[in-house]
Formats: sequence, C-alpha cells, structure tokens
Amino acid sequence: MPRLTREEVEHVAYLARLSLTEEEKEMFTEQLNRILEAFAKLQELQTEDVEPLSHVIPLKNVFAEDEGKDWQSLTTEEALANAPEQENNHFVVPRIVED
Amino acid sequence: MKIFELTAREIREKIRKKEISPREIISSYLERIEAIEPKIRAYITVASETAIEMAESLEERLMKGEDVGILAGIPIAIKDNICTKNMRTTCASRILENFFPPYDATVVNLLKKAGAIIIGKTNMDEFAMGSSTENSAFFPTRNPYDLERVPGGSSGGSAAAVAAREAPLALGSDTGGSIRQPASFCGIVGFKPTYGRVSRYGLVAFASSLDQIGPLTTNVEDCILLFYVIGRYDPLDSTSAPLPTPSLEEMLIPEAKDLRIGLVEELFGEGIEKEVREGVLNAVRYFEEMGASLEWVSLPHLSYALPCYYIIAPSEASSNLARYDGVKYGLRVDAEGVIPMYMETRDKGFGPEVKRRIMLGTYALSAGYYDAYYLKALKVRSLIKRDFDRAFEKFDILISPTSPIPPFKIGEKIDDPLKMYMADICTIPINLAALPALSIPAGLDPQGLPIGLQMIAKPFEETTLLRAALAYEKAHPFLPLKPSL
Repeated sequence: MPRLTREEVEHVAYLARLSLTEEEKEMFTEQLNRILEAFAKLQELQTEDVEPLSHVIPLKNVFAEDEGKDWQSLTTEEALANAPEQENNHFVVPRIVED
Repeated sequence: MKIFELTAREIREKIRKKEISPREIISSYLERIEAIEPKIRAYITVASETAIEMAESLEERLMKGEDVGILAGIPIAIKDNICTKNMRTTCASRILENFFPPYDATVVNLLKKAGAIIIGKTNMDEFAMGSSTENSAFFPTRNPYDLERVPGGSSGGSAAAVAAREAPLALGSDTGGSIRQPASFCGIVGFKPTYGRVSRYGLVAFASSLDQIGPLTTNVEDCILLFYVIGRYDPLDSTSAPLPTPSLEEMLIPEAKDLRIGLVEELFGEGIEKEVREGVLNAVRYFEEMGASLEWVSLPHLSYALPCYYIIAPSEASSNLARYDGVKYGLRVDAEGVIPMYMETRDKGFGPEVKRRIMLGTYALSAGYYDAYYLKALKVRSLIKRDFDRAFEKFDILISPTSPIPPFKIGEKIDDPLKMYMADICTIPINLAALPALSIPAGLDPQGLPIGLQMIAKPFEETTLLRAALAYEKAHPFLPLKPSL
C-alpha cells in the first residue's frame, strides 16, 4: 500500500470538512500511515470469490401505509429549539449563493 | 443493608410488598451519588429533579393500586448517546454539549412505560469511540476497583455507575465491545443482544451496521429483567427484527447442563495476558461441573477482525457524523461562508479520536481506495461470519476472555491509537457477525482487578445465553462482585 502524504491528508480533511491545525495534519499523517500499515494484513486474504457482507441479519424492505402519523411529528418550535441560529421559523445559514 | 446495595430484583420485590417507596429508593441513590461521584465521575448529568418527580408520581399511582410496570421505581442510568426528551444528551462531545433531544429513544420510552426512573446520563468516550472513556470531552471516569485505572469504554460511565452502586441498572451501547469491555473492567455483567433485537431509534449513530444497545447490571437476573423490557420489535427502526420478545420466565431458568461449549483458540493465544487467560480458564470449570462439555475450537479469520472492524466502523462513522454541520442543532463556530463554517465547527466540536476515525473512514471510502479498503473489509466480514456459522454447527455457546488485558492505567494508552484499538480484539468479531454476547466476571486477578469472561451465542439465541450465564453465576462462589470503595 502506498504511503499517505501530507497533501492527501489535507485533501481527506477537506472532504470530511475538518479544518485541521498544522500540528494535527502532522499527527494524522503519521498515525494514519501506521494504522494503514497494520491493516495491510487484510490484503493477505484471497477474497475474489467472497461476497461482501454489509448487513448480517437478513433484512427486507419495510413498507408502511402512505399516511402521516401525528405522534412522531415535531412542532416547528421543537424542531428549531436546538438551532444555533433561527429566524422567522427558519434555520439561518451563512450565505451560500453569491449575488 | 442500604437500599442502594440491593439488586433491581430485590428492589422490585420490596416495592411490591410496599416495604419501601420509590421516593426512598431514589433518595438512597442520590445520596450515594453525592458521596461517591467525586471519586468516580460516572455521570455527565445527574437528573435529581426529574427523578424525584418521577418517583413521586409513581408513588401516587402505586397508592391508587395501579399497575406501574415491571421496573417500577427502579433507577436507571443511561449512556449519554441515547436520546432523552428535554434531558441534555451530549455524546460526551463539545459539538452536542447543549443538545436537548426533542424526543425519547425507543428504549427510553419502553423504560418509562415499565416504571423505571432515569437517574442520570453517563460519561463515555466521545461518540462511543474509544475503549477507556478518556476520550470524553469533559472528564475521565475512574475504575471503582482502582481509581488510577480506566473503567473501560466506551460505556465506561454506565459500567462504573453500576459497579459503584450509583445505579442498579444502566444502558450502554456496543459497536465493538463498548458494553462488554467496560463491564469486564468494572466487574459487572454487560450484555450486547443480537443486532436488531433492541431498537436503535434515538441512539446517536456511530456505525449503524454494528451499533446495539444493551444492559449493564451487577448480576444476570437484573440483566434479564432489563433485556426483557428493551428487547422489542420497533417499526421506527428499519433494522429492528420483527420477532417476539423471549419469555421472561424461560430466561430466568438457570440451565447449563448438556451445553456444548467451544473455547475460542485464537482468543486465548497471542496478545492475551497470562492472568486473563488463566482467570477465564479457571472459571470455565463451573460450566464443566454443571455438566456442560468443553472443547477447543478454531476460528481462523479472527486475526483479521481488528483491521476489518477499524475500516468498516470509521467508514460508517464518517458518513453518520457528516450531519454535524452547525445548522440544525449542536455547536456552530461562525466563519465567512458556509464551508469554512462547517470546517471550523467540526474542528472545534470534535475531539482527536473522532477526527482520526472520520479521517480514516473518509479515506477508506474515497475514490481509488474504496475497493482496497472498504470493499475488502466487507468481504473479510463475510469470512468471519462464516467462521462463526461453522463453529455454531457444533457448539451452543462460545467462550473467550472479554478483554485481552486487565483494566489499564489512565493515560497509559491514550497517545497510541493502535494500542488502544487492541483492547477490542476479543469483542469486535462479535459485532461484525451481529451475534449476542455477554461479559460476566471470571474473578479477580492477583492485583484485585476484575477479569471478564465472554459468552457468545447464535443470532437471537439470547435465552440460551442468559440461562447459561445465570447458571454460571449461581455456581460461582464470588459473584456478584463488589468493589470496596
């Protein structure tokens, strides 16, 4: 497995929306490489004919009647109660679209 | 005997006979918490006021002769990643430090209906990522057997609270051992039911294909009682198993005779400390004495479980934790523009282990690496599952140590993530295979620290597992354990 470079760590951090400090970038580059090195052990195994297993217990689609259920609805007030910023029954976010 | 020293079953008995009242019970526990918490620090929130209110209303209903449920008046501590309506739920993270859920998790609903009294929310590793509770953004919790040592994790607060008799019952969550390993470290019983048995609705998601809620108790009977209340099908969780809850009466019959028990070779070998191996091997004789048969069994792919898990769990986590964006709830750190706001919020809100796992998961899922890491890990997961399927053709129960090592010192492993991950080698294969498993004390090591024995059963065979554990506990002369605090 190739080594993870500091630039790649920066790229992954951006994908994960984490603004890392210089110190953290340094630390994660070192630690992630050590972890991935230890995990290279997985490549020993021949798995060409093995099906990937994402859920162990057999699951089927669960269908429900297409109708509203009052008992699980929140009021607008409840839904907004934990918002860092709100205005006129809306969540407020920084400007996304430029003029 | 003080009330807080009673088991949940004994409290239940005394309530039924009207020998003690819910108010007396809650006062006894709140006093105990006040006396012992400065040493242990198991709770992030102690809900004294609401607990007293709940006890009072229960008392009124009791006096009217109403049916108040099978856990009536029994206090329970809840891990702080399980949503409690209008009661702060932090996941031991700065990002949720002031989060008050607008709804109850299904398990909390079931507990309230059963008359249980929520006494507080317990400390944990941030977002359940860790094996020592040192990753809490607030403070570490201490092991009641040795205050210099960790209680295990991530449900370390729940385990320490129960061991220190600050609550007779607690709920934890287990993604790779987070109920069983702290139970082992704190000398109590910790049970992870089959994936799908207990609803995850309202459990803050870490790794959705692995997470499962379960009981932490001082003894097996209490574990059964609590499991009976929460082990219910829930239409609000699409992975909930539509199966009937096992019968309480049947689970409460101790039975280990004629059990075919397999000792998992790979989990007694390399990496397992001598006193742990000896402690567990010494304890399995109680099963033999009761007429069970013991035999070694090999599950060859278990040595791949650690990397397999530490790719799958962080991958799922990186996706699940994308929701913390500073918009709908949780911390927001203001910055110019929306992406800088996300990045600053997540940088200040998450601690180092959470960031490390988000990074690892994001990398494993990113273009060019998906096949080599994530897909590969899913395939290895199949192989591990097959090993268990094969072993269960021959055995009813598998046994191993719960943790490869006794409780370690605070600070001993925190700077070395790989060393910390090794603490989970015996427990993570069970989550990968979605099996039910329980940790029960094997005894104390020469230093007086608890050693846990792990019992594993087939999917949805909780009854077999719990009956065997109950029989073992009755046969073991030193159980339940109690720390001298």
